[in-house]
Amino acid sequence: MEEFKVPPPSRINYLNAEYGLKSWLLTRDHKRIALLYLGSVTFFFGVGGIYALMIRLELLTPQGDLFTSATYNKVFTQHGIMMIFFFLIPAIPATLGNFLVPMMIGAKDLAFPRINLLSWYIYLLGAIITVYALLAGGVDTGWTFYVPYSSTFSNTYVIATGLGIFISGFSSILTGLNFIVTIHTMRAPGMTWFRLPLFIWSHYATALIMILGTPVVAITIVLLAFERLARVGIFDPALGGDPVLFQHLFWFYSHPAVYIMVLPSMGVVSELIANFSRKNVFGYSFVAFSSLAIAVFGFLVWGHHLFVATQSVYAGMIFSFLSFAVAIPSAIKVFNWTATLYKGSISYDTPMLYGLGFIGLFTVGGMTGLFLASLAVDVHLSDTYFVVAHFHYIMVGGTLMGYLGGLHYWWPKISGRMYPEGWGRFAALVVFVGFNLTFLPQFVAGYYGMPRRYHAYPPEFQVLNVLSTAGASILGVGMLIPIIYLIWSMRYGERAPANPWHLPGLEWRTQSPPLTENFPETPVVTWEAYQFAPVEETETMGLLR
Amino acid sequence: MQTWVPFIPESASTVSGRVDALYFYLSGVTVFFALLIGGVVTFFVIRYRRRSPYEVPRPIAGSHALETVWSVIPFVIAMSFFVWGARLYFIQYRPPQDAQEIYVVGKQWMWKFQHSTGQREINELHVPVGRKIKLIMTSEDVIHDVFIPAFRIKTDVVPGRYSSQWFEATRPGRFHLFCAEYCGMNHSGMGGWVIVMEPKDYDIWLSGASGSQSPATAGQQLFQTLGCASCHGSNGEGGRGPALQGLFNSQVQLTSGGPVRADESYLRESIVNPQAKIVAGYGPIMPTFQGVVTEEQLVQLVAFVKSLGSNAAAPGSPGSAPNASQSSPAPAAAGPKPAAAATPKAK
Repeated sequence: MEEFKVPPPSRINYLNAEYGLKSWLLTRDHKRIALLYLGSVTFFFGVGGIYALMIRLELLTPQGDLFTSATYNKVFTQHGIMMIFFFLIPAIPATLGNFLVPMMIGAKDLAFPRINLLSWYIYLLGAIITVYALLAGGVDTGWTFYVPYSSTFSNTYVIATGLGIFISGFSSILTGLNFIVTIHTMRAPGMTWFRLPLFIWSHYATALIMILGTPVVAITIVLLAFERLARVGIFDPALGGDPVLFQHLFWFYSHPAVYIMVLPSMGVVSELIANFSRKNVFGYSFVAFSSLAIAVFGFLVWGHHLFVATQSVYAGMIFSFLSFAVAIPSAIKVFNWTATLYKGSISYDTPMLYGLGFIGLFTVGGMTGLFLASLAVDVHLSDTYFVVAHFHYIMVGGTLMGYLGGLHYWWPKISGRMYPEGWGRFAALVVFVGFNLTFLPQFVAGYYGMPRRYHAYPPEFQVLNVLSTAGASILGVGMLIPIIYLIWSMRYGERAPANPWHLPGLEWRTQSPPLTENFPETPVVTWEAYQFAPVEETETMGLLR
Repeated sequence: MQTWVPFIPESASTVSGRVDALYFYLSGVTVFFALLIGGVVTFFVIRYRRRSPYEVPRPIAGSHALETVWSVIPFVIAMSFFVWGARLYFIQYRPPQDAQEIYVVGKQWMWKFQHSTGQREINELHVPVGRKIKLIMTSEDVIHDVFIPAFRIKTDVVPGRYSSQWFEATRPGRFHLFCAEYCGMNHSGMGGWVIVMEPKDYDIWLSGASGSQSPATAGQQLFQTLGCASCHGSNGEGGRGPALQGLFNSQVQLTSGGPVRADESYLRESIVNPQAKIVAGYGPIMPTFQGVVTEEQLVQLVAFVKSLGSNAAAPGSPGSAPNASQSSPAPAAAGPKPAAAATPKAK
């Protein structure tokens, strides 16, 4: 079918429109900024991954023999900080979201291109300050910064790390603002709200959380700094403060932050499941509104992190109830994705493997969240490895699977090249196996009673930890393979056509890689989301001419 | 020793089996749904695999009936988790009135225990089988957490307030005690053992503590040496300061309004930060004892005040229903809240 039905695309695209470092560092093109983010988040993912490997190596044996306790505490703290604030939160919105939100709605760019570039610089400034703190001596408070340990007792670089996180938060806020304004005002003619791909809906919901939640963690960090520097009594009881107040403020942001991480991934998975089974998403409006429901309910469940933190029993019950309630929209999504597969035309391309993997891992991650929402069981499981396993199923099994799936899916559009399909499938399998081997034993270790953040542990937990470390090694290999072949494909990969997957979405109706202005002329949308045309037609609708 | 399921911690308290039952129910439902969804997805993926690169299946819009079914069924199941978990939580966090009290002070990185007879120990806690034990806990520095997996209990130990939890051990043995809240460098070394003994062995063990004073007696001496008696009366009968006899667990009227319950956290706060809550009818004349007395001495002072008798109308005559309006059925958790809220205002 490679006969010439498509007019040859312009030789000019966003990648070769301009050359030179300056053309990248001063770009206002959302696609180039997405690539700047892609490079940075991948780097910090690598840093966080090295810390993860160090943790797993230490825990291979019960004795704390590889590092000192002080070093180990810094290692797990820095793993958390790097992964959460500098990889997971920006990963999908700032790379795939940045690239695709304008393309999917038929816009030339985001509403505020300069602010978009500013957000990358702010992110980078925050990251550099944080990396400086890590190199200067590190921080050992856990990524949660619980007081009074962080405000009074820790002798590590708490302020510098906090400053880095504080600053990077503004990049999140600016990205969220940009998305909301863009989705409201820049949709192409005919692109009504209910014709939007679900990727857009989930990014809209994510942007709401970014704008409403991030300021709270910023304020909390400022209060922490006040107490640490000026000894103003806010959280430390020795100064007349309340340490549990910190936990309320911290989780008021940090629980919704989980949804900042996973909602965009859900958006990716909706695209993958629909497009690789050539079916419209079953119950489109239920999936769309469940994203908004998650964004709203997500702000009402922070107290489930405090069931054993001397919060009142009645508050615990209310938060438990609301936590069960927020699980329902997620369940609805899983059922709708499953139903989308029914009577579809399902291909086994790499992105789909990640999408299917997401459904499996997210189901386990979500269901184990119900254990932690159940008050009496949470009393036993809180602060154990069960919690660690649960949130890794959500963040790695959820966010990372969606991120890798999305990266492969849109790679032809982003880079103009195809990735090697065989390697792609192989790596997806390795990641899936390695991931489960790493984290399934941690559920068991948690109920068995192994507390988290332990440098050394009683010998009866060793079997489970050895399994987990073995899995982490496989997972590490599974992560390296895509990094290698994606970089390789940028130069040596097969050239990608405009629409390699034969899909109806707007981003596929322009050349790969796209023009700087995305579309030769503003598209007019006359079709519903996921309205699949005969494959022969997709060849000619490639360019809107 | 071990239960029949591998990797389940030993079960040695009256609630541990009940927590396990809920855990098994949750696990069963999880496995069922994971297999159901995994099975259906696998079936669809094989059954509806792409057979020709040109096939375009017919769209299916969706179904309100199905959406309702798969919203309502998970909700009902989730509510069963909620009700079961909440009922059991209530039991875990409502210490019986007749529980024997043991004071716990956590500090980086050790646990100090003191029994009501005065016997002290570090990183080991001896308790009898078949008696209800209430731990009254505080911290000298950062937040810690007493976690005893065999009893399926865990509660944060927070500086500046008392938290509590209770258990009744069901069989003798030696069980892990972990600190479960990250507390700094030697967090993973801040553990120890709970040694459960037959009651008669425990009583012999306790009597081996000859020479040490009970916390209440030590507290009485402190009460005299710190000069508390000059205002509160030598036997706590009151004077320029409010009376302490019968104070514990009573409702106290404050100048700032609203009665508060005089629980352990209230007593502690009134010693270290007396301006925070002024009893109606008295002046703000008491000096702070912050930094003057240690956490262990505070525990002793509180024990002394408690030994002066508690309010006759105290709650929890056995069997009384928990009731929000009448004092606190949620001692550990609810108690400290008003104290905490009031503290910043006092600054």
